[in-house]
Amino acid sequence: MTITLNHFSAAAVFALFASIVFGITHRETTREMVRYGLYCFVMFLGGVLVAGWAMWLVRR
Amino acid sequence: MADKTRAAQTEPVSMMSVVAPAVGWLIPGAGHMIQKRWIRGLLLFVSIATLFVLGLAMQGRIYKANGGDILDILGFIGDVGAGGLYIVTMAMDWGQGAIAFATADYGTKFMIVAGLLNFIAVADAYHIAIGKKQ
Repeated sequence: MTITLNHFSAAAVFALFASIVFGITHRETTREMVRYGLYCFVMFLGGVLVAGWAMWLVRR
Repeated sequence: MADKTRAAQTEPVSMMSVVAPAVGWLIPGAGHMIQKRWIRGLLLFVSIATLFVLGLAMQGRIYKANGGDILDILGFIGDVGAGGLYIVTMAMDWGQGAIAFATADYGTKFMIVAGLLNFIAVADAYHIAIGKKQ
C-alpha cells in the first residue's frame, strides 16, 4: 500500500499527531493539555504558512 | 549533596518506574496504560503508530544500526525510539526501498519523528511512575 500526501496535507498530519503528543506530555491537567495541544497545532500550521509565503516572496 | 540525597528519598526506584518506560518504549502509550492512564495511553499509541505507519506507507526509509554518516546515526536513533514498531519493521524487511519522490522523504521523517515522540512519551510515563506528574 502506498499513500501519497501533498506537502500541505503531510504537514497537517504531522502537526496533528505531534501536537497531541506534546499536549499530553508537556502539561499536567486535561484542560491544559487540550489548550497546549491546540496551541502547538496552530503554531505548526501557522509556521508552515508563514514559511511558505516567505519562500514565495524570496522567489520573486 | 544534600539535594541529591533528598531527591533520592522523594523519588524511590519502584518496579513501575522501570517497567513503565520499558513497556512504553516497546509499545507506544503502553507505559501510560499500565498506570491506568487509559485515554492518554490510547491517544499516544494512535498518534505515534499512525505517524510511523503513514511514514512506511509513504515509502519512507528505515535506518539500520550503522557507524557511518552522523545523519544516518541520528536517523537510526530516531527510528529505534519507536520500539516494537521498529523491531517489526526490521523483521518484516519493510522500509528498505530507495526514496524515489519528495513525499517518500517526508515518510522517512515521519518515522524518525514517531520514534522521537515515543522517547518523550517514555519520559512522561517515567515521571508518572515516580510521582512527579499526575
